[in-house]
Amino acid sequence: MISVRTLSKRHGDRKVLEGVSAEVTRGETIAIVGPSGGGKSTLLRCLNYLESFDEGSVEIAGFKLRPNMGRGDRQTLRELRTRVGMVFQAFNLFPHLSAIENITLAPRVVRGLSREVTIARAVELLKQVGLGDRARAFPHELSGGQQQRVAIARALAQEPDVLLFDEPTSALDPEMRDEVMRVIRDLAAKGMTMLVVTHEMQFAHDIASRVWVIDRGTIAEDGPPSQVVDNPQTAVAREFFGRLRRS
Amino acid sequence: MVAQFVVHTRPVKWLQVAVAVAILAVVAACDGGAQPSKGNTLAGIRERGEITWGADIQGGEPYVYEDPADPSKKIGFEVDLMDAIGRRLGVKPRMVQYSWSNLVPSLERGDFDIVMNGLEATSDRKERILLSEPYYIYAETLAIRKGDPYRSIFDLVGKRVGTLNQTYAHDMLRLLGIEQVLYEGNEEPYLDLVQGRTDAVLLDNIIADRYGCMRPQLHCLPYDIARGSYVIGMRKGDAELKAAIDGALAAMRADGELERILRKSKLWDDRQTEVTPVSGTTATRKRNFDGDLVGQFFQAALVTLELSILAFLLAVPLGLLLAVSRVYGSWPARTLARIYIELFRGTPVLLQLYVLYYGIASYVNLGPMQAAVIGLGLNYAAYEAEVYRGALLAIPRGQGEAARALGLGPWQTLRHVMVPQALRLALPPMTNDFVALLKDSSLVSVITVIELTKRMTIAAVDMRSWLVPGLACALMYLMLSFPLSELARRLERRLARDQRPHTL
Repeated sequence: MISVRTLSKRHGDRKVLEGVSAEVTRGETIAIVGPSGGGKSTLLRCLNYLESFDEGSVEIAGFKLRPNMGRGDRQTLRELRTRVGMVFQAFNLFPHLSAIENITLAPRVVRGLSREVTIARAVELLKQVGLGDRARAFPHELSGGQQQRVAIARALAQEPDVLLFDEPTSALDPEMRDEVMRVIRDLAAKGMTMLVVTHEMQFAHDIASRVWVIDRGTIAEDGPPSQVVDNPQTAVAREFFGRLRRS
Repeated sequence: MVAQFVVHTRPVKWLQVAVAVAILAVVAACDGGAQPSKGNTLAGIRERGEITWGADIQGGEPYVYEDPADPSKKIGFEVDLMDAIGRRLGVKPRMVQYSWSNLVPSLERGDFDIVMNGLEATSDRKERILLSEPYYIYAETLAIRKGDPYRSIFDLVGKRVGTLNQTYAHDMLRLLGIEQVLYEGNEEPYLDLVQGRTDAVLLDNIIADRYGCMRPQLHCLPYDIARGSYVIGMRKGDAELKAAIDGALAAMRADGELERILRKSKLWDDRQTEVTPVSGTTATRKRNFDGDLVGQFFQAALVTLELSILAFLLAVPLGLLLAVSRVYGSWPARTLARIYIELFRGTPVLLQLYVLYYGIASYVNLGPMQAAVIGLGLNYAAYEAEVYRGALLAIPRGQGEAARALGLGPWQTLRHVMVPQALRLALPPMTNDFVALLKDSSLVSVITVIELTKRMTIAAVDMRSWLVPGLACALMYLMLSFPLSELARRLERRLARDQRPHTL
């Protein structure tokens, strides 16, 4: 489903990603962890080309991404983004649209689906994330956890093959984290391919099929949670998990 | 303590109205109080050794105008006449520049000693100020386009005739019930006649000969529509001054100096020696603020409203386009938008209106209302553009990212995500701009549109009072702007549900 080869990206002199290579197969849930500034979010954002990269290549959902894709690739990138959904730390719901309008906008505008079809599907998705009764609510009338669940429903409405989560629970109170986690767990159970940048060790441990520890632009460790979290091999991973347990 | 100063929105508006009314009342009270000293102007002139005379160089050649060879010097037959009068009174004349339509009120205020600037001896003025004996006999001359069938002023009933505001010709047209198109300068009435925007121009032969009749497209009827005289205006009570000036004029007529001066400016004709007509027979009575005038005010308010709404309907989409070009456009689009904004924001609307209406008339012939709407619309678009640019930049970055991540293209992102949010953010400054536009629309009177402020100035002259028409005019503007602010406030509340003020 995803194949990353020697991906590199620089911000001026600073190397943000340095020769990252990885494979993800359909139905996997990858937890991406590691110290701040290590390149987790940048890697994720390269996968739907919200950020470009300088070297290497990405194959995702049948699309090939090269360094420095430009205007000519706009159409390809738009198609890619309907196949690869994204959920943001700050939710980024459209404040002028109700929950259901947030969900139906992209299918209607991008894919040209009819009102009836998109609304029926949106109602179903809202039920799936436990917000069947809040369709007409505006973002400011919803709690953070509810907003993030609407944002997940919005991403799902495009029927993507892959979902990218960029710290989906970092802006939330603990009790709201659980309701968002539950939704992600359900998706994992249904076989959705997902990459989740997270600081939740419990989540990484319980749901992820694999954990990547990213530090200084490289994947320092890559393996099942039982190995990476419980018995880390590298000094970086040991230190990182050690600090998390202490806190 | 602080809480006592918290005032809610509604009382603030009434407070503002109350303060405005209070200020107007104070101004009104002061207006009547500043009467100039009576009857001792001549003594003052002698004491100072100087006589000041009010005139407007915009009246142009041949009255008083700047010497093309030396613009610091004023020349013209009225300068020559004043030199002669001054010499005969043993004092130095000094011209002071005033807008022509304000010469008489400024004389009454005591800003200068006398008025000499093509002042026609009308019965109106005779009632209001002292008038000297005539120094020039003029003829009202009718200019029409060549080939048009008009043979007399009466053929023009139901047509549009251009003239200058507050002239004898203006009074005549009003008396005859002919639609008047009012101008401030000498050139513009004839330009518009050539362009077909009016059907004729009625003005003094001095102006007609120099600015109209020589145009190849125009023809001046070969007889005088009426005759009148130019006189010097003085304050009521300055009978001594009038006697002195009349004496000087009579002496100049007797010893041929008057003829010499008028001949120098090629103004001497047979009319000067024929029997002086009793001019200014128009009986324009002092008007009251009657139902007729109220109706005219409402009509003018409608013009103001129509003008403002149409101009804003042009300014909003154009401003949005400019803002989007400036924020998201490629560099040529960005540069063009930037140039447009700087050009239209950096030059006076008045100038833009002149260029649009007169400047390009031979290429694009716009009607006054069209030119007004386009001119104000183009100008306000520049301001709107900057408001929308600010609003677009205020939208959090995540909004655009979320739209892109869902596969929306640039235009779809603009249309469905950025612009709706920007317009919500821009609503308060937009309301501000619309109210400003409502008032700025008064500028279009320079291109002959009679809107609320122009109607007020006309009424003020007819009523010889600025107070009542001024208050009525202010009230009308408030009646227009207040409901608009209220409407905007409701719209804001409905659209910007999540934009409640934060607690400080």
